[in-house]
Parts: sequence; C-alpha cells; structure tokens
Amino acid sequence: MHRYRRRTFVFEIAIILITIAFLIPFFLLINVALKGDTDAFLSPAIAPPNPPTGSAFLDAWTGSATGSIPQGLLSSVIITGGSLIVLIAFGSIAAYTITRFPGKLSNGLYILFLIGIILPFQLGMVPVYVVLRSVGLVGTQLGMIILYSGLLMPLAVFLYTGFTRSLPREYEEAAQMDGSSRLQTFVRIIFPLLAPATGTVAILAGLVIWNDFFASLIFLSGSRNATIPVVIYGFVGANVSAWNVIFAGIIISMIPILLFYMFAQRRFIQGFAGGIKS
Amino acid sequence: MNSIATEARTSGASGPAESGRAGGDRFGPHRARRRPGRVDRRVASWWWVVPAVVLTVGIQYFGVAAGSVFAFTDWKGAGAFRFVGVDNFVAAFQSPATVQALWNTLFLALCFVVLTNVLGLALAVSLNRVLKTRYLMRVLIFMPVVLSPLAVAYIWKFIFQPNGPLNGLLRSLGLDSWAVAWLGDPSTAIWTIVVVVVWQNIGLTMVIYLAGLANVPPELEEAAAVDGASAWARFFRVVLPLLRPTVVIASALTLIQGLRIFDHVLALTGGGPFNATQTLATLVYKETFVNSEFGYGSALSLILTLLITVAAILQVTLLRQRED
Repeated sequence: MHRYRRRTFVFEIAIILITIAFLIPFFLLINVALKGDTDAFLSPAIAPPNPPTGSAFLDAWTGSATGSIPQGLLSSVIITGGSLIVLIAFGSIAAYTITRFPGKLSNGLYILFLIGIILPFQLGMVPVYVVLRSVGLVGTQLGMIILYSGLLMPLAVFLYTGFTRSLPREYEEAAQMDGSSRLQTFVRIIFPLLAPATGTVAILAGLVIWNDFFASLIFLSGSRNATIPVVIYGFVGANVSAWNVIFAGIIISMIPILLFYMFAQRRFIQGFAGGIKS
Repeated sequence: MNSIATEARTSGASGPAESGRAGGDRFGPHRARRRPGRVDRRVASWWWVVPAVVLTVGIQYFGVAAGSVFAFTDWKGAGAFRFVGVDNFVAAFQSPATVQALWNTLFLALCFVVLTNVLGLALAVSLNRVLKTRYLMRVLIFMPVVLSPLAVAYIWKFIFQPNGPLNGLLRSLGLDSWAVAWLGDPSTAIWTIVVVVVWQNIGLTMVIYLAGLANVPPELEEAAAVDGASAWARFFRVVLPLLRPTVVIASALTLIQGLRIFDHVLALTGGGPFNATQTLATLVYKETFVNSEFGYGSALSLILTLLITVAAILQVTLLRQRED
C-alpha cells in the first residue's frame, strides 16, 4: 500500500502547494525588508522591491532610542549562554547523583524537579521580581541568568535523568579503579557520555530563553541589558508603520536561531519530539 | 564527612567474609585486594544536587508559594500591605473585564488545542512515509516553532493591517466587503490571534504525532488494507487507536500552552479592542506591572495557575487510564 502511484503524485503536489502557502508570511517578511522607505509605503506588499535595497537593514542596525539591535543581540547571547552553562553544569551532575543513589531521598528529589516543570511561573514572577529588585539584580544580566537557571533547572534535570538512568556503571567503576577522584570521573568520563542529553537541554532551554518575552519584558524593559525580544517590542513602537525597517530588524533578530536550525534541524526536531514525549 | 561514613559502611559489609579467608586483609593494600564486584559504589556525592535544588526551590517554589500569599493581600508593590481574605477573587469575578478575559483565555485555549491537533495530525499522516519531499516539508513546517512568538506576531500584524496584504488579496478577488479591519474589530480580533498561534505551533504537534506514528507498525495497516479496509477506515480503526497516548500528550501540552498565550496577544492587539482579546496572562501583566496592583494581579495569576494545574492533572489521569 505504500507504493508511489499517480494519485500519490497529485497528493504530493497538493502538499507542496499547501507548504508554499504556509510560507507566504516569510516571503512577505523578506520582500518588504528589501524595500526602500517610500517603496514600502506605496507599493503593495507582494510587489517586488523596486529597486531592492539594504537601507532598511542599515536603519534597523543603527537602531532607535529604545535600545539598539546589536546591543540586544549581545545581551541575548550573554544571558542565554550564561543560563545554559549553569543549567548544563548543575543539571547534569544533579541528575547523575539522583540516578546513582536509588532510594527515597532521590525519589523525593526527582518529584521535586518534576513538579517544578509543571508549576506555572506567572504566579511566581511578582515575588521573585520583588526579591531581585531588593538586591539590585533587576535589569542586570546576572539577575536574568539566575532567574532562567531556576525556571529551567527542573526541565534540565528531567531530560538528563532520562539519559543517566540507562548509563551503564562499568565506565565509572573502571575509572575509579584507575584512581581518579569522583568529580574527575564525572567530568572526564560521564559528562562526555551525556552529550546527546546536553544537546537536547541546550536546544530546548536555549530556545525558551532566547525567545522569552514575558520575563524579559518585566525584568529588563527600560534597561541597557534588554534582550532582543524586548528591543524588538520597543523598536516596533518607535517605528510605527515603517514596516520595512521593522521587518529588517525582525530578520536580524531571527538570523542566529535560523542558522542553528539550518545546521541542526534534525536535532531540533528530535529534541522537541523526544523531550516532550518522555 | 559523608564519604567517610560510607567508606566505613562498605568495608564493614565486606569485612567478615574477607577476613574469614585472609587474616591479613585489613592491613594489606586496600585497592589491590578489590575485585570488580567490590568496587566502592560511591560514585557521586549528595552535595552535587545542592545547586540545582537551591535554584529550583529558590526561584520556582519560593515564587509560587509567595505569589499565592500575595493573592490574599492588597499590596501595591511597595509599602505596607494587609490581608484582605478572598476580596481579590470576589473583585475579579465581579469585574466584567476579568470575566471576559477568563472566557477569552478558555476560548483561545480550546481553539488552539483543536486546530493544532487536528491539523498537526493531518500533516503528520500526510508526511509520514510515502511522499518524496516529506523531509523538506517537515523542516519547513516546523520552522516557525523555533522563532520568537513576538517576531512572528509582528509579521502577521502587518498581514492583517487595513491596507495590508490580506485585504489586498480579498479586494483583488472582488471580495471588497470581506476586507475589514481585522485587528480593530472586536468580533474578528480574537480570530486573528487563533490564526497566528496555530500557524506558529502546527509544526510542533506535527512532530509529536510523527514520533507517535513511528511506533505504529506498517504491517498492521497493510493487513487492514489486504482485508479491504478503506484509507479512512484504516486511519480511524487502526492508526488512531494506537496513537491514543500521543493524542493525550499532545492535547494536554497544547492545552497548557494555549492557556498561557501572552506574547502574540501583546504584539497583535495589546488586549484590545475594548478587551476583546484580553487573556488572563495579559491581564496579569497589566494589573501587576502597569497598574502596580500586585495583590490583585497575583490573585488573577492564581486563577490561571489553577486552570493550568487542572489541565496537568487531567493529562496525568488520562495517561494512567491508558496504562490500566
């Protein structure tokens, strides 16, 4: 029944057409971003740029009063990178410990992390905001790294435990016979074996942090450390109906994620399907 | 100190058996005497979980617990506050704007669950095995999932402008009367949000269903085909029952996600026109961080949290039922 017939070919054409229709917003995004100011204002959105120009990208890059895009990108990179380092370092070692000490205490800790995944954070935003404000961490990159590490640690531990459970003990026992300390064994032997789980954590948590708007709007709006979504939000307010500049800004903000996606689409898709299913 | 205690315990356990055979064991070089089965089982230390636990409890648990307390106060974000019992909740259910936000939240979540799951499953079935271009199509349809919801919402905001491409298309088809102010009209605004969130997340449900379909053996479908079952019958009688766990996971996940929709609303309509697209999530933001009503905002948050908890419990219960 899985043979390729004439009907299958017609069906394939139909699916391709549906996908093209699905992608029209991306076509409009690029098309409008390549237009000059008057061209973007006067011509219909689907008309090709006449002539194509990069002026909107230049305008978007040099920025607006509410924060510049290069600065937003830098801030996003620092905050996402910093949070991922904390999540991967502490999440992997915690998951490893939990799975290597079976018993009531580990079960309890595992459930603690599991509930942490489900707890919706909107409710916790206000008290955490108040505490971070009182110690001067609101509006800082360090504050955001602490916040995201706490919010996504349960997910990281959960994804790592799924992996450490199936890890055979022979490796670390052999390493211990060789006389390396426990921490050395973990860092040199175990952590490299966890690479697939590390990849999933980096993709899932990295996307959540990079794209997060709610928390970053509350903690960073008006600060010099605003991340790219907050910068784009202010940017749209400042460039009302200059859609070519807005779209150029949006394209610039998407480039880092799209590059990652192009090089590792299979890992992205598997990460989502696997991470959610488990 | 901890490790010393365990060291003592392990050597104590192995002690009697060993010393029965070789008296000098206790004094001999420890390591050399160990056989593979007797290696020290302590490969980790309890201290290693401390940072992860502190971060989780300090941010997640502290936040949610303290937020639940604030929900019963009249705090304005600074200065003193007093406990007001359930006043915030009474006020919430008496305020027409909040009740409307509650209905909008449920409406959006319901549309989101139904459409992403039906369309995502349809795409997954279409792109499962036969088509030659299936891998490329999957990658393209999944692409919006990885992008910022805010950026995606702005692209669509442009499409829905009164003089935007959508109305341009309708006018060129002679459907001038259909060309309305999509975002400015209270009756259409909420549908624009449905369109955008479904467009962005359809790839996610597609991928979850593809993972589920990978566990459906092709032989089963082939056997049904040999028995003369039509494509529809094969899907509804053979494939769909086997996908039940995936359906539960995907719909619970999209339900929780649907209840929290925030970025798209803020970017597309800001909750307007006349609160027609206000959701609990956007109202929480407005009351708490724009109006500084921390107590009232926390109460709204608690209502939203309860809705999400119900959805999560529903998922766990349905999954348990399957196992029985």
